[in-house]
Amino acid sequence: MFLDHIYLIPLFPALGAVIMFFFGRRLRKTTVSAVCVGSVVLAFLMACGAVWQYTNSDLARDHQPYEKIVYTWLGTDIAHSNYVTHDGAQATFRADAGFLLDPLSSIWLLFVTGVGMLIHIYSTGYMAHEGGYYRFFGYLNLFMFSMLTLILANNYVLMFVGWEGVGLCSYLLIGFYFHRKSASDAAAKAFIVNRIGDAGFILGMFFIAWLCGSLRFIDVTHVARMNAAAWLGNPYVTAATLLLFVGACGKSAQLPLYVWLPDAMEGPTPVSALIHAATMVTAGVYMVARSNALFVLAPTSMKTVAIVGAVTAIFAASIGLVQNDIKRVLAYSTVSQLGYMFLALGVGAFSAAVFHVFTHAFFKALLFLGAGSVIHAMSGEQDMRNMGDLHKRIPVTHWTMGIATLAIAGIFPFAGFFSKDAILWETWSREGGAYRILWYVGYATALMTAFYMFRLMYLTFHGHPRMSHEIEHHIHESPKSMTMPLVLLAICAVAAGWMGWPHSLGGSDRFTAFLEPVFAPEARALQQAGETEQLYAGAKEEEKNTGTEWLLMGLSLAAAGTGWIMAWRSYRHADKNYVEPIAAAAPPVYDVLLHKYYVDEGYDYVFTGRRKIGDVRLGVLGLGAASAWFDTHIIDGTVNAAGWITRLTSTISAWWDKWIIDGIGVNGPAVLARMISYPARLLEWGLVQWYALVMTAGLVGFVFYYVYH
Amino acid sequence: MDALLHISTLHYLVLGAALFLLGVIGVLTRRNVVVVLMSIELILNAVNLNLVAFSRYWQGMPGHFGGPGALHGQVFAIFVITDAAAEAAVGLGILIAFFRNKETVNVDEVNLLKW
Repeated sequence: MFLDHIYLIPLFPALGAVIMFFFGRRLRKTTVSAVCVGSVVLAFLMACGAVWQYTNSDLARDHQPYEKIVYTWLGTDIAHSNYVTHDGAQATFRADAGFLLDPLSSIWLLFVTGVGMLIHIYSTGYMAHEGGYYRFFGYLNLFMFSMLTLILANNYVLMFVGWEGVGLCSYLLIGFYFHRKSASDAAAKAFIVNRIGDAGFILGMFFIAWLCGSLRFIDVTHVARMNAAAWLGNPYVTAATLLLFVGACGKSAQLPLYVWLPDAMEGPTPVSALIHAATMVTAGVYMVARSNALFVLAPTSMKTVAIVGAVTAIFAASIGLVQNDIKRVLAYSTVSQLGYMFLALGVGAFSAAVFHVFTHAFFKALLFLGAGSVIHAMSGEQDMRNMGDLHKRIPVTHWTMGIATLAIAGIFPFAGFFSKDAILWETWSREGGAYRILWYVGYATALMTAFYMFRLMYLTFHGHPRMSHEIEHHIHESPKSMTMPLVLLAICAVAAGWMGWPHSLGGSDRFTAFLEPVFAPEARALQQAGETEQLYAGAKEEEKNTGTEWLLMGLSLAAAGTGWIMAWRSYRHADKNYVEPIAAAAPPVYDVLLHKYYVDEGYDYVFTGRRKIGDVRLGVLGLGAASAWFDTHIIDGTVNAAGWITRLTSTISAWWDKWIIDGIGVNGPAVLARMISYPARLLEWGLVQWYALVMTAGLVGFVFYYVYH
Repeated sequence: MDALLHISTLHYLVLGAALFLLGVIGVLTRRNVVVVLMSIELILNAVNLNLVAFSRYWQGMPGHFGGPGALHGQVFAIFVITDAAAEAAVGLGILIAFFRNKETVNVDEVNLLKW
C-alpha cells in the first residue's frame, strides 16, 4: 500500500509548496504552519510505512530493490532518442518518473523526512517573528520535494532534476534575507559554484549513458557488475566517475568547490541545519554511493575521492579552529565531516560513509538548531566573542548542544563515535602502505574537531558573560516548538550510532548488514575479477586484528579527549581578554587560518577577477573586461569606421546635391526665369480699375482704328 | 419734329450708348465696389436695351430674320438679366468675404492680384 503510492512521498511537500506559492500570502501564520509542517509529517509517515513495507517484503529478502515507474517522461519518441553506445549497440536515451527504494535510499528517505520534519517544527518557532513566513515555508517544502525526488529517483536524469531543485531551493533560502547584499551575494555564489559541479555531473551522465546504454540505476549497476573484469581501470569509467565526483564536490562542498558553504550561513539558521548540514550537502555522498558499482571499477577515481575527502576534512577543520562566528564554525565543521564521508567512500567503505551521513544528520542538525536557539536568545548576535555563560539561562539548548558536541567529537557511546571510528578503522585497514597517511590525516582532524567544538561550547555557554547589558537582559530560553526538536534530535544523536555497534565491541553492526545488498556485490564482482587484494586485504586483517581496532578506538578517544582538555584549558574562564592559544603560539598561522587560507582572495584573483594581479585582471571579470575592450575597440571600432565612411561619402554626396544638382540644375533655370520675368512683372501693379481702363482704352483704340482706317 | 415724336430704333440705341458710357465711367472711376457692381449692371442693361430695340426693329421687317416671331433679342435679354443676377450674387458674396478680411469695400485697396 505504501510502496504502491511511493510517489506520494515527494508529492505531499510539493503540494504544500504549490499552496504556499498561490495562496500563501493570504493565509494566516497558523494555517501556513499547519499546511507545511503537516505535508512533511505526512511524507515522513509515508516514508516510514514504505520502508517498513519494503524491509518486510520478499524483495528485501532477495536483496532486490523496489522500483516503481509511474511513466516515462523523456525519450518516449524512440526515433529521436536512439544512440549508439561505446560497443556499437543501439540504446534509447530515456528517463522515467520512476522511484527506487532499496536500503540505501531507505536510509536517506528516513533521515531526510525525519530531520526535515523536526526542522519544520523548529522553524515555526524560529521564524515566528520574521516577515515572509509563508515564503520561507514554501521554499522549505519545495526543498523537501526536490530532495525526496533526488533520493527516490530511479535514474540519473530524475536524480539530476532533484539535484538542481535542491540547488535552486538552497539559492532561494540562502538569499531569504535578499535585502541584505551579503545574503544575495552568498546565494549567487552558492548557485554559481554549484553550476561548476553540475556541469561535471551532466558530462558524467553522458559518459554513463554511452558506456552502459541506460541511465537507470538498476541497469547501470547490472552492466557494471557484468563487465567488472573487463572494465576495471578502464579510462572511460575513470572519466565518468571523476566527472560525477566533480558534481559531488560542488554539492557536497569538497575542495576546491567548498567555498560556497561557509557563505551559505547567510540564510536563516533552520535552513543551515536542514540544507547545509543534514540533507542537501550529503547528496554528493549519496550520488557516489549510488554509483558505487562504477566507482569500484576506477581505482584512480577512488584514490582521488579519498585524497580530496581527507584533505578537505583537515583543511576545513583547521579553519574551524579559529572562526568566531558560531555558524561559521559549524559550517567548516560540516565541510570537514563531509570530507570524512568522502574519505570513507574513497577507500571503499561505502557503508561507513553512509553511516556517518546518517549520524551526522542528527548531531549536525542539532548543533545548527542549537546555534539558532542561541542566536535567538542573543537577539541575533552570532559572534562567540560576545557570548559566554549562557548555560544557566538557556539550559535545554546547552544540554542538547552538549550532547551533539560529544557526538561530533567522537566520545563513546555517542553517535559520532561509531561512525567516525568506522571510517578511521576502514581507512586504516582496507588499504595498506601510503593509504595509512590518510588515517593520520583523519586522526588529526578528529583531534581538531574535538577542539573547535568544545571551544564553541565553552565560549558560548561558559566563561564570563561578554554581551551588552541590553542583550543580556533579553536572554530567554526558546519556545517549546524549538526545544522539542532539540530534545528529539539529542536522543537521536545519542542513539543513532548504536545501529552500527561494531563487531569488535560485541555488537552486530546491523547498519552495514542492512546496506550489504547495495554494496557487497561490488566486492564480489571485484573478487571475480581477481582483485581480491584491493578490497579484501583489509577485511581479512580485520578479522584477525580486533586488538588493533581496539587500539585505534582508544587512540581516537584519546584524541577527542585531548581536544576537549585543550579547549577546556583555554576557554573555560574566557573573559573579554581571553587569548586564542594559536594566536599566542604562532601569530602567522593564526592569521592564515583566520583568513581561511586566503582561498576566497585567491579565487578572486584567479577565477572571479574581483582582485587584480598588478594591473592584470584574470577570471570572469577579466574575461568580461577583455570582452568589453574587444567590443569597444574592435567591434565598435569597425562599426564606427563603417559609419565614418558612410558619413564621408554622404557629405560629398550632399555637397554635390546642394551645389551642383540644386545650384546649377534646379535653381539655375529658376533664377534665369526670374531675371527674364522682371520687366514683365512691372506691368502688373494690382489695381483692377487700371486694367479696366487699359482694356477700355484698347477697345476704343481698336474701334477708332477700324472706323477711321 | 418727326424724329422727336416718333420713337425709333435710333432713340433706343442712343439711350443704350449713353447708359453704356455711364456704366463704363462708373466702373473706371468709382472706388466703392458696390457702385462698381451697380455700374456693371448699367452696362448690362444698356446691352439689354440694344437687344430689345433690335428685336422690336426686326419684328416690323419682312424676310428671313423679320416678322412677328423675331423674338431672339428679347430671349437673349432675359438670359442677360439672369446672368446679371448670378453675377451680382457672386460679386456681392466675394465682396462680403473680402470686407470681413480687410474691412474695406474700396477697389483700389484690393491690389492682391499682382506678382
